[in-house]
Amino acid sequence: MNAQTFLLWSLALAELLFVMAMAFSVIRMLRGPSAQNRVLALDAFYVAGMGLILTFGIQTGDTVYFEAALVIALLGFVGTSALAKFLMRGETIE
Amino acid sequence: MFSSDTLLLATIALPFVGSLVASLLPTNARNAEAWLACGTALCVLVSLSLLYPAMADEQIVRSEFEWIPSAGLSFVLRVDGFAWIFALLITGVGFLVFLYARYYMSPEDPVPRFFAFLLAFMGSMLGIALSGNLIQLVFFWELTSFFSFLLIGYWHHDASARAGARIALTVTASGGLCLFAGVIVLGHIAGSYDLDRVLAAGDVIRGHALYLPALVLILIGALTKSAQFPFHFWLPRAMAAPTPVSAYLHSATMVKAGVFLLARLWPVLGGTDYWLYIVGSAGLVTFVMGAFLAMFQNDLKSVLAYSTLSHLGLITLLLGLDSPLATVAAIFHMLNHATFKASLFMGVGIIDHETGTRDIRRLSGLYRFLPVTATLAMVAAAAMAGVPLLNGFLSKEMFFAETIATHNGSLLDDALPYVATLAAMFSVAYSLRFIRDVFFGPPATLPRTPKEPPHWMRFPIELLVVVCLVVGIVPNLTIGPFLNIAVASVLGPNAPVFDLAVWHGFTLPFLMSIIALAGGVATYAVLRVYNLDTGPLFVLAKSRLSVGDTVSAWARRILGLLGTQRLQTQLRILVCVALVAGFLPLVGHKLLPETMELTPIDPAFALVWIIGIVCALATAQQAKFHRLAALILMGGAGLATCITFIYLSAPDLALTQLLVEVVTMVLILLGLRWLPKRLDEGLRQADSSTLMRRYVDLSIALAAGAGLAAVSFAVLTRQVLPDGIADHFLERSYTEGGGRNVVNVILVDFRGFDTLGEVSVLCIVALSVFALLRRFRPAPESLSVPERKRVQEAFDVDHPDRQPGETFADYLLVPSVIMRLLFPVIGTFAIYLFLRGHDFPGGGFVAGLSMAIAIILQYMAMGTVWVEHRIRVYPLRWMALGFAFAFATGIAAWLVGYPFLTSHMFIAHLPIIGDVHISSTLFFDFGVLAIVLGATVLILIALAHQTIRTHRKPSMPSAVADGVG
Repeated sequence: MNAQTFLLWSLALAELLFVMAMAFSVIRMLRGPSAQNRVLALDAFYVAGMGLILTFGIQTGDTVYFEAALVIALLGFVGTSALAKFLMRGETIE
Repeated sequence: MFSSDTLLLATIALPFVGSLVASLLPTNARNAEAWLACGTALCVLVSLSLLYPAMADEQIVRSEFEWIPSAGLSFVLRVDGFAWIFALLITGVGFLVFLYARYYMSPEDPVPRFFAFLLAFMGSMLGIALSGNLIQLVFFWELTSFFSFLLIGYWHHDASARAGARIALTVTASGGLCLFAGVIVLGHIAGSYDLDRVLAAGDVIRGHALYLPALVLILIGALTKSAQFPFHFWLPRAMAAPTPVSAYLHSATMVKAGVFLLARLWPVLGGTDYWLYIVGSAGLVTFVMGAFLAMFQNDLKSVLAYSTLSHLGLITLLLGLDSPLATVAAIFHMLNHATFKASLFMGVGIIDHETGTRDIRRLSGLYRFLPVTATLAMVAAAAMAGVPLLNGFLSKEMFFAETIATHNGSLLDDALPYVATLAAMFSVAYSLRFIRDVFFGPPATLPRTPKEPPHWMRFPIELLVVVCLVVGIVPNLTIGPFLNIAVASVLGPNAPVFDLAVWHGFTLPFLMSIIALAGGVATYAVLRVYNLDTGPLFVLAKSRLSVGDTVSAWARRILGLLGTQRLQTQLRILVCVALVAGFLPLVGHKLLPETMELTPIDPAFALVWIIGIVCALATAQQAKFHRLAALILMGGAGLATCITFIYLSAPDLALTQLLVEVVTMVLILLGLRWLPKRLDEGLRQADSSTLMRRYVDLSIALAAGAGLAAVSFAVLTRQVLPDGIADHFLERSYTEGGGRNVVNVILVDFRGFDTLGEVSVLCIVALSVFALLRRFRPAPESLSVPERKRVQEAFDVDHPDRQPGETFADYLLVPSVIMRLLFPVIGTFAIYLFLRGHDFPGGGFVAGLSMAIAIILQYMAMGTVWVEHRIRVYPLRWMALGFAFAFATGIAAWLVGYPFLTSHMFIAHLPIIGDVHISSTLFFDFGVLAIVLGATVLILIALAHQTIRTHRKPSMPSAVADGVG
């Protein structure tokens, strides 16, 4: 097994694992039980999605994917924090 | 001397320029407005009078300007004798009305609006009179309807004024549309829209198969404008307008536009039985009905309105009689009616102004208070009644003479003299009632003690009444030459010889006049004895055939049968129609004619889609009762879409999708705060019919969704066309647009004009949201402070060692620091996205969104008050700046001789950085950025301000405006 095949296999595995992480987060989003669970699940979902895009990037070597991952990292949390603020205070902006 | 081009252009342009200036003057500048308006009218009068020599020679003065050369349309101004007389009438009466309005309008009325509308109306009327192109005529025709609407509704706090304005606009503007259609048919028959060429093609038009449709459509236009039966009902309701408007628009000029057009096109369209029956019967019915109903009106302005109907009917009837002499009489009566009716309206305005009422039953004995006004009004009313030695008598006698003459020997023709005499009797009766009930009798108790108005307010009436008298006594010396000019231009070589003498000897028409006068006095005597309030005649008059009411009642009934106000039903219909419309083209075709080879399935990617689908379905399922859960699941579906875009190499879309996702989340959360909680008790159990409905809806939704999926699949797997639009853009993106990012080049360059339209829509939406939120009243149950917030505040209050708000600050300490630190980071990122947008994923739209997110983050971290103490975002200014940039880029291309929004590349030498390729689209893109930023922040901040607004003062709606300004 050379480095190339090893990379391919690990990428495929990583991809699958990230998608499974997303699937599990969605199950948490669906089942709750509390709103906090759902919000955290969404955040995990975003992180896993970002990881998935990174593996796409490693696979193709295209910088666009890394940029997209960067954008999710930079701005993806805004939604989570808005939700968290809503849960904590009852309103997002006061 | 001026050339005729300059003169004509000045005539038509001056009123509009005056209107623009008038609209910019201060609110209470009554004097300045009046000077401006009267000055404009005088200038137009002068330029018209300079055309007199040409008119006296029976010439046609034309000047032509290119308008839409590609469509063969030019802007033609054309004056012949008839148009000239009509233009003089418009301007002359306009001048007097402007003068009168100076004194009529009260200091509280916002006069700039009034005079600006009046002047623009005058310009539009002149446009009708002087148009040498039929399409252009229709354009000005609709403009008059529009300004009439604005002027009737001038006192828009008055519900009846608003209703009257609406009805007038509905009737006259739909008539105008019919006229437009008719004119197009006419132009099709004649081969040109040019008036001269149409007028020369009379025989072709009358013999053409499309003659009848053209005639009917044009007649609908003319009859609605002139308020002829069955379209008469809008005119009495238009009396809610200020009296100068009634005097000018609804007696002297605008309602004459219909008969003007009839006379104008009579040489082409007239001379057939259709013309005689349609125009003649509409005129006759209006003539008699108007006169009859006028006798029973108690409001002075209503009397005049119905009388106007009747006189317009008389003119229409004359035109319908289809003989040259009748046309002469019609034109003559158009002028006469304008003089006496305008002066009567102004007289009524003075009475209303001085006494505070227009009710005939309350007015009495005004002669002793207003001797001069009363005398003037009596003379004008006598002219209206057709008393000898006044102008109304002359044209009415010509009318009587025409009714006696045989036209086609039908029953209608035989009955005409009797009917005409009867209607003339009615008109004598209501004129007499007007004079006797208002000015004589015992003095009444009135809201105000009347006194004579300022002299200049009376001056217009004096002048018009003098005209009535002079024309009535020495017609040949005064109106004769003008009438000759007008008649010659309409009838050409067929112009009849007519004699305007006061005394023709003891003829049959004179006998009819005498009978009408005597009968009118008798009718009035009967009317006085007759109980006006309970008599069957009065009841009949009250239950007048109001076509308008009937039409709206029917419309409402049909709407009740076919329409619905329920969103569910509307959506159901919409989706079903879309479904059918989508399937129809497939009949007889295969959906997938030639399929490309499908790509092998990537299991990880397929799983992402399954996750996305599950999220979307769960969102739909939760949306009704668990909004927060639905919102979170929607975020999941959004990210799945985003990953799809990236995977399918559409990074621009992915970037936009992600940012929109974030902003939407915050937006909905802000709104969620104010939505009342929805309880699902009782709603879950449903009877069988509800269940049935839900299953039907579900199957519709499934069918529509499957249809859309099939269509997308078909589009995506279709064979790529070799010379399709995609290649076109890909090839030209760099060579012609100067950018490597095709998406961005399309947005800001190839389809830049579309983008301009889209950002305009965005601005409109943002401003509407802002305006709606200013008046927002939350539901009572969501008014209170949220429970968690209350608990945290209470904790601070209960512990003496804590400051209020400390718990919250502690909770948010770390996040808020990070969020504040991120502001410059996200800001830089936004600038980066913006600058590279032309060559790589990015651009103004996403940059604007990211900047908006950076700002919103600060609001979330520190609260509105804190943020607004430190940075002030002025969304409205950003939006304005964006527009300025976008338009300036477009206009700059114009200035150097290229089409609007043409892009240009240049190389800038910047210090340190070096040479930079800059495309002019960068400025356009900056405009987009500013607009997106402004619009997004405007909406979000307006929502966020609800919190401080409601907490501070529950009933004050203006906090948002102060805060965001």
